[in-house]
Amino acid sequence: MTAVAEPMTASPAKRVETEPERGTLSMAQALNRALRDAMAEDPAVVVFGEDVGALGGVFRVTDGLTADFGEARCFDTPLAESGIVGMAVGMAMNGMRPVVEMQFDAFAYPAFEQIVSHVAKMRNRTRGRVALPMVIRVPYAGGIGGVEHHCDSSEAYYAHTPGLHVLAPATPADAYTLLRAAIASPDPVVFLEPKKLYWSKGEVEMPSRAPGIGSAVVRRHGTDATLIAYGPAVPVALDAAEAAAREGRSLQVVDLRSIVPFDDETVCAAVRSTGRAVVVAEAAGFAGVSAEIVARVTERCFNALAAPIRRVGGFDIPYPPPKLEHFQLPGVDRILDAVDDLQWEQ
Amino acid sequence: MTRDPSHLLPAAEPVALIDADGRAIKGADGTAYPAPDDAALVKALGALLTARRLNDQAYALVRQGRLAVYPSSHGQEACQVAAAQVLDEGDWLFPTYRDTVAAVGRGVDPVEALSLLKGDWHCGYDPHEHHVAPHATPLATQLPHAVGVAHAATLRGEPTVVMAMCGDGGTSEGDFHEALNFAAVFHAPVVFFIQNNGYAISVPLSRQTAAPSLAHKGVGYGVPGERVDGNDMAALLAVLGAAVARARAGGGPQLVEALTYRMQAHTNADDATRYRDDAEVAAWVERDPITRLRTHLLDRGLIGPEQLQDFAAEAERVATHLRDGLNRDVEPDPADLFAHVYATPTPQLREQAALVADELSREGAR
Ligand SMILES: Cc1ncc(C[n+]2csc(CCOP(=O)(O)OP(=O)(O)O)c2C)c(N)n1
Ligand SMILES: [Mg+2]
Repeated sequence: MTAVAEPMTASPAKRVETEPERGTLSMAQALNRALRDAMAEDPAVVVFGEDVGALGGVFRVTDGLTADFGEARCFDTPLAESGIVGMAVGMAMNGMRPVVEMQFDAFAYPAFEQIVSHVAKMRNRTRGRVALPMVIRVPYAGGIGGVEHHCDSSEAYYAHTPGLHVLAPATPADAYTLLRAAIASPDPVVFLEPKKLYWSKGEVEMPSRAPGIGSAVVRRHGTDATLIAYGPAVPVALDAAEAAAREGRSLQVVDLRSIVPFDDETVCAAVRSTGRAVVVAEAAGFAGVSAEIVARVTERCFNALAAPIRRVGGFDIPYPPPKLEHFQLPGVDRILDAVDDLQWEQ
Repeated sequence: MTRDPSHLLPAAEPVALIDADGRAIKGADGTAYPAPDDAALVKALGALLTARRLNDQAYALVRQGRLAVYPSSHGQEACQVAAAQVLDEGDWLFPTYRDTVAAVGRGVDPVEALSLLKGDWHCGYDPHEHHVAPHATPLATQLPHAVGVAHAATLRGEPTVVMAMCGDGGTSEGDFHEALNFAAVFHAPVVFFIQNNGYAISVPLSRQTAAPSLAHKGVGYGVPGERVDGNDMAALLAVLGAAVARARAGGGPQLVEALTYRMQAHTNADDATRYRDDAEVAAWVERDPITRLRTHLLDRGLIGPEQLQDFAAEAERVATHLRDGLNRDVEPDPADLFAHVYATPTPQLREQAALVADELSREGAR
């Protein structure tokens, strides 16, 4: 998969063409920076949605964009998600690269018709004559004590829809790299931003030399079993690996980053190297992305597996209210229980 | 059938019966909307005082960490009170997340009404008990449901009217338009009640619509629209009351836009200084719905200090009830996670419930 290779501006004002700049940013800041750099580089990039202007988005991801780039480049729309995504389709058809924000995961559903019937299918319907280079940003998943309709893990709906790329960063660096890659992509991208990680900090390289869409990464090496995670589940998997290490078990952690396209190579190599695996995801398990991962890896690595791959994820229930949410979220104990179940006695 | 839309259009000016100084507006008496009777106004003042007290109590409880978040209707209490007061017992109310006070006005226990925002359970009350639908957070999605309840009532021969509430921002969603159209086509007894408080979080009305007013949105669907001063209790009772009576008499749906103002930030989590001036807010303080009605009733000698004391005591009683209720921590039952997903839990859910029970028993054993 192609990464963004062209030089990028570091801020609207100055161009950095030589050494990449480094900085410690929160994920929200890294996303803001990615939008800024993309807007500075390409006047076709426009940002719009609900409260993205003066307010800077409810998570401040678009903070300052209207002030710095003008109302034509970053603007509030009427409150209608189907209209936002539908208008983005038309703008993408006519030379723009729209980046739209859905305010929360569950508030993207009014746009579902546009996403499934048009965003995903335009290239195919028109035999490649009409491409839709657009990004739908979705603050997603739980763990922030949000009330109902603010915590959905909706990745399976998008991942199940051919024609969409689906990305879910877990670090500020990946948030930057992947959002730049998503904006540069000739195909539409659903960009899932784990809400609970917006304020987590990390080192970011700008411009990034990391690979873009379609590559998973081994976040922690280990020899006994592989945890496969993405988005909000990645830090939980890393915590579990840390806890397991204290108990003398060496767990490897793979961060998918890109759900579609799926990096079979990296994931399967990791699973083969350990012979055991657990998939960790926040979403309900039934017919979910984690089920797809288990199926793909089993098909490809059956002979290397010492035990069936286990899943740790949300229960098959509507996302619970804040006081009960800790039961729904995959945690270290459940992951370690699943690891314990991987037929070690053989 | 006439194609002349004029009977669907709102009046040039919002209906107002009492001005900002509490005086009855001259000549307003002779309009299509006679003033509500005195008893209704006195009752409404009591409800208004309780409403304000509830809003402020809930806001304080957020600061004390007893509520996760509270979208306050501070400043919009006249709309909240009127929406509930004009309904009969068998009628239905469809509230948004900001309409807790209206739900309470229908008889819902405020502690149960705030369960959503406390985080105990999504809908803390039984919608059938007081005919109050669950608070709707996904904007405008409740409006087609309201039409459905109303149409079912028609088919079942019941005299029910449905009050369907919505914000100015919500009118931009497709569901708002589909609901109006369905209601008109099926001649459903629904009153669509928009509280135009000027903002959808940070986005001002000018970014929602280029129409002359939100009440004009009914015209395209064949639904008559009316505008009303949303801080004038008397006008609200008159206009909403007439709309309800008309719907009950078989006159079909109506759209009412109340012009009001969101005095506080969208929720406690919002920073309103990013998008509006204090001066704009200050100008609305003078139009406060409570001061206006209280002055009016005092001036006319319809209430006295004793009555006001009684009202204040009642407001305090409700606030205390809310405080006590929210300060009580009820340990949430993890079995609830699985109990209400289906009428009968699937075998898979039973397995998952067993897993949680097992985790808890192991924790207990530790
Ligand atoms: C479908 C949907 N999109 C976005 C949101 C996020 N959101 C919650 S409240 C709000 C503003 C609503 O404004 P308005 O309808 O005017 O009601 P008010 O808050 O002013 O009472 C937004 C955008 C939502 N709840 N539902
Ligand atoms: Mg509003």
